Amino acid sequence: MSKYRKVAYYPGCALEGTGHAYNASTKAVGKALGLELDEVRDWNCCGAMEVKNIDPKVQTYLSSRVMSIAAHEMKAKVVMAPCNGCYHNLKKAEYDLAHDEASRETVDRISKKAGHETYRAGSLETIHALDWIKDGVGEEELRKRLKNSLKGLKVANYYGCMYTRPRHIFPEKDRGPGSESTSQPHFMDDLLAAAGAENVDFPLKTACCGGAHTLSDSDTSTKLVLNILRAAEAAGADVIATECPTCHSGLEMHQVRAEKVLGEKTKVRMLYFTQLLGIGLGVSPRKLSVHENVSDALGLLKEKGLA
Amino acid sequence: MRQALLARAEAVLEEWLRARGETPTQDTVETFRLLALHRQGARGVPSFNACRETCREIAYHYNLLAQGADERAGRMMQMLVAHLELFVRGKMEVEGLGEFCCASRPLRRDSNAEERTDG
Repeated sequence: MSKYRKVAYYPGCALEGTGHAYNASTKAVGKALGLELDEVRDWNCCGAMEVKNIDPKVQTYLSSRVMSIAAHEMKAKVVMAPCNGCYHNLKKAEYDLAHDEASRETVDRISKKAGHETYRAGSLETIHALDWIKDGVGEEELRKRLKNSLKGLKVANYYGCMYTRPRHIFPEKDRGPGSESTSQPHFMDDLLAAAGAENVDFPLKTACCGGAHTLSDSDTSTKLVLNILRAAEAAGADVIATECPTCHSGLEMHQVRAEKVLGEKTKVRMLYFTQLLGIGLGVSPRKLSVHENVSDALGLLKEKGLA
Repeated sequence: MRQALLARAEAVLEEWLRARGETPTQDTVETFRLLALHRQGARGVPSFNACRETCREIAYHYNLLAQGADERAGRMMQMLVAHLELFVRGKMEVEGLGEFCCASRPLRRDSNAEERTDG
């Protein structure tokens, strides 16, 4: 049995807010595939950008606390974070704790003050929801469980920039066949292809969406997103599949803003890859919270005979 | 068209390098000056790697067009170059602020991190 069959689950803040549909669909897909999630008790923010901007070592501590609870209190071997930001920060904390004495000292000091065991590098494996399904179930098993093939649906897979960068915090990637690639990620492509979707050749799959500029320079973000949406449409995609709540909301919000502010309308829809897999597995769009997406994909799914 | 687009992409990276007080390299990486310019531009600025694959895709589409790919590859290359322009423009505006993504390096540089973590 795969070590990913039962994992500690770290949803992170976004999945309790704007990414609620990602949370619901991740759980629904896990259930349909017989994968178990054990939510990290009393989890906290990973430090995201806000804390990292002010003091990266405090961010390392915040991520380490989540890993400490999973490893020491829950005795988990693997923690799964579906959000690219959380996933990235946990991996970064793991790297810093393995390589930086000052980070170890800070984490140890704050952990003692907070009254929990200090997390030590190597005690836990952090994975993304893509690893969870790809390695926990795999394409072959997925194909066997398929009830509603996504055949006829053209998908552009958008991974965003935090899933693969910086390369040094993802030592398990770029290990040849079977491993994920940091320059040409393909796990989402592989899973959706197994579910019957037709992946289009999409050259902006890891391009910046301007998420960092969203508040300070919305126009740049809108233009970057618009370019991604146009490229997906030019590649022939009906849908952009996402695997990060921040990327997903960025694409959705700036699609609306591009129309309002720039008068540029695009038709491509956004769906979380878990929503697409769920549809393939016969889970109802309602249970996958498709109705919660800003980008209304229900019409398209009906048109394709998928809802 | 492909030469003009490649030259435009190189010009964008040259602008980034000059803004940082550097002389744009004439070297090439995998026969592309664009990739050498990106490598130079990312030195000391890890967040600049967020456009690494965009540059590699531009090179790839250049090669596709050189081998006679259709108009669609040309349109895609245009969008890639536009993306690089937008990304670098955004980076230029926050020059000196970028870390990985939206981090504020000056905040870190100008204050004593130890003091805060002691709290």
